[in-house]
Amino acid sequence: MSEWKKICRVDEIPSLGARRVARDGAVAVAVFRNAEDQVFALLDRCPHKGGPLSQGIVFGSSVACPLHNWTIGLDDGCAKSPDEGCTPSFACKVVNGEVLLDANELATKALDLPAPTAGPRACSAA
Amino acid sequence: MKKMKLVMVGNGMAGVRTLEELLKIAPDLYDITVFGAEPHPNYNRILLSPVLAGEQTIDEIILNPLSWYAENGITLHAGKKVVAIDRKKRIVRADDGTEAEYDRLLLATGSNPFILPVPGKDLQGVIGYRDIADTNTMIEAATRYKHAVVIGGGLLGLEAANGLMLRGMQVTVVHIMPWLMERQLDDVAGKLLQRSLEARGLKFLIGAQTEALIGDKNGRVMAVKFKDGKEIPADLVVMAAGIRPNTELAEKIGLHVNRGIVVTDTMQTVTDPRVYSVGECAAHRGIAYGLVAPLFEQGKVCATHLAEFGIGRYTGSQTSTKLKVTGIDLFSAGDFMGGKDCEEIVMSDPYGGVYKKLVIKGDKLVGACLYGDTVDGSWYFKMLREGRPVGDIRATLLHGEAGANIGDTGHEGHTKAASMPDDAEVCGCNGVNKGTICKAIKEKGLFTLEEVKKHTKASASCGSCTGLVEQILMFTAGGDYSKAPTKKAMCGCTDASHQETREAIKAEHLLTIDSVYKRLGWRTPNGCSSCRPAINYYLISSWPKEAKDDPQSRFINERSHANIQKDGTYSVIPRMWGGETTADELRRIADAVDKYKIPTVKVTGGQRIDLLGVKKEDLVNVWKDIGMPSGHAYAKALRTVKTCVGSEWCRFGTQDSTQMGKDLERALWRMYAPHKVKIAVSGCPRNCAEAGIKDVGVIGVDSGWEIYVAGNGGIKTEVAHFFCKLKTAEEVLEYSGAFLQLYREEGWYLERTVHWVGRVGLDYVKKKILDDAAGRKALWEKLKFSLEGEPDPWFEFDKAAVDTRQFTPVGAL
Repeated sequence: MSEWKKICRVDEIPSLGARRVARDGAVAVAVFRNAEDQVFALLDRCPHKGGPLSQGIVFGSSVACPLHNWTIGLDDGCAKSPDEGCTPSFACKVVNGEVLLDANELATKALDLPAPTAGPRACSAA
Repeated sequence: MKKMKLVMVGNGMAGVRTLEELLKIAPDLYDITVFGAEPHPNYNRILLSPVLAGEQTIDEIILNPLSWYAENGITLHAGKKVVAIDRKKRIVRADDGTEAEYDRLLLATGSNPFILPVPGKDLQGVIGYRDIADTNTMIEAATRYKHAVVIGGGLLGLEAANGLMLRGMQVTVVHIMPWLMERQLDDVAGKLLQRSLEARGLKFLIGAQTEALIGDKNGRVMAVKFKDGKEIPADLVVMAAGIRPNTELAEKIGLHVNRGIVVTDTMQTVTDPRVYSVGECAAHRGIAYGLVAPLFEQGKVCATHLAEFGIGRYTGSQTSTKLKVTGIDLFSAGDFMGGKDCEEIVMSDPYGGVYKKLVIKGDKLVGACLYGDTVDGSWYFKMLREGRPVGDIRATLLHGEAGANIGDTGHEGHTKAASMPDDAEVCGCNGVNKGTICKAIKEKGLFTLEEVKKHTKASASCGSCTGLVEQILMFTAGGDYSKAPTKKAMCGCTDASHQETREAIKAEHLLTIDSVYKRLGWRTPNGCSSCRPAINYYLISSWPKEAKDDPQSRFINERSHANIQKDGTYSVIPRMWGGETTADELRRIADAVDKYKIPTVKVTGGQRIDLLGVKKEDLVNVWKDIGMPSGHAYAKALRTVKTCVGSEWCRFGTQDSTQMGKDLERALWRMYAPHKVKIAVSGCPRNCAEAGIKDVGVIGVDSGWEIYVAGNGGIKTEVAHFFCKLKTAEEVLEYSGAFLQLYREEGWYLERTVHWVGRVGLDYVKKKILDDAAGRKALWEKLKFSLEGEPDPWFEFDKAAVDTRQFTPVGAL
């Protein structure tokens, strides 16, 4: 039995835009809204180099990753050909204008995928 | 719903490419049946010569294996020649009785070699050069016989002759015209080519007319006899005197044929709307093309009509030629012979084996013929297609692109792909080496630069290696695949070019992205990450104070007003007017670094300070604490104005460059542009501010200021051109501003000043800014009007349309 957690109202996500749902100790979840007011939720992490998809340009039912412009499908989290790879997607629904995510998924899904790193710390770690 | 039936007659490159395009856009519209006279799946006919020469195998040149037909549900009748078509009942019948019904018919029957009508043409050992069977016949003959004669010294004939020679035969090429490859080369280049082929061991009979082929008692050819009575031994005769569109079937079924099956711009036959034709058999506006690039374009157009999209027209192509004989480089395009009203620029070094001829008509390049050094072939060809005026680069035109762009980086200075080892890096941005590109081209059957970019990422970032990638494509896939249309669509969402879009926005006073999409018939509801930012820029630059900026159509950096880093944090670069700062500013920066635990502080190349690793949630507070204006280091906008200290301190300084820089920066900051804009001001010709590689460079001299434009220190190090000399600081502002406003109004999105000036020509820019005082003043006024009251996005969020919701996460756990 899944428990749905209220995230925000649909109109709190910009049309053709996204918001981030922060998660403690894990990569955030990005919630997207397209021009038809459909809402999608993906791990905020491009399958290519981990770029934050929530910051990309949304068009049709895709988002362009802000780092290297891979196009990721919002419905399945998969890169458009010929690029390859998928980011996990999250169950998501809209009820009375409220965006709901599955609380269990939020708490347990894709916790092991690391966030990308940068800066002097990243270099010394490598 | 029952599917329609599509039957294709002919299983060659143009036809199958049409099917591939069709399957891409309408995979389920048709049941497809293909008849091919040859018992093979579709292969790359252009690469038969390397097969003959022993450099590749038949397997390597197969483009669509049998499994491809099966996977796409295509019924293939290979080795069955279509002999009859009933256009009333719409049935196709092959020589073995196989029949297929059609709703749409695609004739892609290609061409046949032209066989000279001389006695003996039907003897054994006399062949054309067209297909795998011919190639195998030649390979087999080379193992048993000694003397080969190739009739025809054109592209195909020379490739055949070269292959036969490499297989150990003694080869004589018979050519009736006064020099080799007369349709592609002028006499000088033709003779250079002959000399180098002779040095390899080929023999030539130039101007010789074949009278008859003489057979032995077994009915096999043994000699060739000429009009002058001479005879030479021949165990194998290859007829390579040209090709003829294969229209036998089309004529039989009553289609209009005139130098090919006559088709319209939609590749439909003029006789029967159910019947289409593409490839070497089709005559479009009187021309039957024989090169692959135009044929693929035809295929694409034909596919959109078969798919019932009803878009796209084929309007003809310009073509260029390369010979596939390893070690011989030649290239020609356009009207390389010149003639009346034409001028020629020629470089001839017969001992070095290099010859270059450029033909210019009016102010434009109309033809090129290169021998021995063809690196710049695609550069010339591009210029030829685009019809760019070349007056301003005439002096260096012959030296090619490398002469014009010595500063290319990222591929170790290589200009000849052929001599690069497989592990040499071609694309320094994405780390793609030559072997990877060759492998992708072969394994994935790539034909165009766009495809190679997509699959390998080579030349997909900065583009400085594009020429190399084109060369690799050329000798790996064969032929020249550069796209022929002079205008390039903005992206896959539309057929409209950047120029057309700009013009429509201006002419029709379009104010919203949606109205642009509607007016120009965009195929996607809200564009893509490539076209939407471009249109947003065109709108706000064409209609300042009217068109509304759309942050969702901007790249993240211009939406968050900071520069995104690889880990999703941001960098913050505050503006320091003219590169000067104060203790107070430095103290506030230092405090912010401590307070927000900013990991890296770096001095930039543009005389500013970069704070790296700022969390998005902290951006607003960092801006506020530092209290300095946005440096726009993240935007397609005015970045820095770099200065030297100038006459205030420097013992050599002639002008107050720092003040000039500050004045320019205060006048021009917040100026969005097609791409980033960098300015520098030096106080004397020692030029410590490096003004020679900036979009606008200002250099103080004793009597005033010299202005340089369109320099670039990036991908291509490009030295700025001298523009004009001015007396006063006010003039510097006006001329620089007017130049930048013209760029803002006419540049294409993501085009730096260097590329814009390269496209329109420096003479044009000079005419607009230097010769037309009223126009210059109007441009400067327009720029001031655009910038008047523009907000600082770090402080005036509402006015700058900054959506501050982005700085806070939602639904925290």
